[in-house]
Amino acid sequence: MHRHDDRRRPTRLRGMNAQLAHLRVRGNEAIGPYSLLHVERGQLDPGVPGQFFMLRTEPLLLPRPMSLCMARAGELGFLIDPTGKGTEALARLDPGDRITVFGPLGHGFPLDATDPVIVGGGIGIAPLPYLSESLRGAPALLGFRSDAHAVAGALLPNAEIVIDPVRVTEPLAEHLVSRPEATPLACGPEPMLAAVGRLASHAWLAHEAPMACGYGACFGCAVRIDGELKRLCVEGPTVLAGRLYVPDHDSSPLPSAVGVPA
Amino acid sequence: MTRILNASGCLDALAAPEVADGLDVFVTKTVTPLPRTGNDPIRIAESDVGMLNSIGLANPGIERFVAEYLPELAERIPSLWVSVGGFSAEDFALCCAALDGYACVDAIELNVSCPNVTAPADEASAIVAAARGVTSKPLYAKLSPALPDIASVAQAAEQAGARGLSLTNTLRGLILDPATLEPILATATGGLSGPALRPVALAAVYACAQATSLPIVGMGGVETGEHALALIAAGASDVALGTVLFGDPAAPHRIRTELEEAAQRRGVASAAGVFRMALGDELSASEVSSKPGIRGDLLPELTKVAVGS
Repeated sequence: MHRHDDRRRPTRLRGMNAQLAHLRVRGNEAIGPYSLLHVERGQLDPGVPGQFFMLRTEPLLLPRPMSLCMARAGELGFLIDPTGKGTEALARLDPGDRITVFGPLGHGFPLDATDPVIVGGGIGIAPLPYLSESLRGAPALLGFRSDAHAVAGALLPNAEIVIDPVRVTEPLAEHLVSRPEATPLACGPEPMLAAVGRLASHAWLAHEAPMACGYGACFGCAVRIDGELKRLCVEGPTVLAGRLYVPDHDSSPLPSAVGVPA
Repeated sequence: MTRILNASGCLDALAAPEVADGLDVFVTKTVTPLPRTGNDPIRIAESDVGMLNSIGLANPGIERFVAEYLPELAERIPSLWVSVGGFSAEDFALCCAALDGYACVDAIELNVSCPNVTAPADEASAIVAAARGVTSKPLYAKLSPALPDIASVAQAAEQAGARGLSLTNTLRGLILDPATLEPILATATGGLSGPALRPVALAAVYACAQATSLPIVGMGGVETGEHALALIAAGASDVALGTVLFGDPAAPHRIRTELEEAAQRRGVASAAGVFRMALGDELSASEVSSKPGIRGDLLPELTKVAVGS
């Protein structure tokens, strides 16, 4: 006499639509050096662009947080950069393999942002195809470290692409001169996010941190937000730039130099 | 019935109440007298056999905890234990005194074993005695598996007024980044949890179950009902889940079901039926009923095991 009901009961989180599901992999597609992992969607809600899912597969003890890259019908797509044990295990999955998916988690990008401009760097473009689709044609600026990596830029068909040594903040700075009200919605490496934050404190930045759980349990993903160490999975992963990069009052003469009252 | 708890610091019931709903008892993250921001990132790392954490007892401090967190916990959590910590017996006593008047707090767990902060200067028994002096609430001493003689510390805690034991906490470990050969964690070392801790926890429970008559909450690497059943056989009355919750938020329901199935496969009606089987003792009903924390509803199962063996 087995009581399977409890085991199948969906786990939902407060104020969110997160559910735990055991799903099948549909395949891994090479996108330059990255891998686009296609997973059947089951009953999962794809959530808002910028939200993430915890993905777990054998032999990993802990799941890995991955933002949703694509939300095709009946499917979830995750862009993986296979650089460590967890990401390599995910990029190796074959069609039919089992994967445990928990999400959507965290807070996504604000889709009502004023005059949005999408900004991405390297594997940080992961949440941006879904974001671009949701924003229907918002301008996008992407930076990559090589031509090989830039192949992934094709995931955002209308994007302007720059390759190292050109930084993505260069076209962004020009964009902000012509459209000062524009709101950057960005994801990329930490130095890129900091640079975007310096250009626009009203930008929304999708940050990353090591996470064991993704739902506020482990306190592992602490990031300095509002000057305090806070859980990125609870506060973010998309955070207003001004909350992440507090102006350095000791070293910057800038406010008075540009005529802003002290 | 065997109760399923969370290990302290492995669940935030206010962030994920649906997960806490699956537990019989919710145990808070450790609260200290003063607020603590916790350790700098990186705070977690994974190895083949477990994970390291070095959170550093991040918590709002007892004053804010009581004012801002406890009312909401009281509303949502049917059975609540508060874990307290500190750097001296006085720190523990201060936290216990602050909690004593709150009816919603069913028990206090004394975290005398966090590997990520400087170890409490006082002996575990002195901490228990100081806490005992300021509260009538049941006190569970959470002991470190790194103690050279955990059974004697458990006995000392019992004599000082502990009502139970939480066994066990993490073990200090180190993981290096394979590329740089430098520690991954900002604090270099952290607390090892997960599968590697399983036999360690089992040994701690086994030792303390022979040395004291205190009820034991067994924890360490439990991922399945079979793992939970083993802890009960080694002498745990209840079982707590830690690392497994991170990867499987449905673990409380799943493991409860698996635990029942694991017991039934062994011909006993419930998991409590294997209680202390590893110890090779045959407790008489009178011995069992005299043990604190063992409820009468366990007796039929124990009798059945005795008859069957």
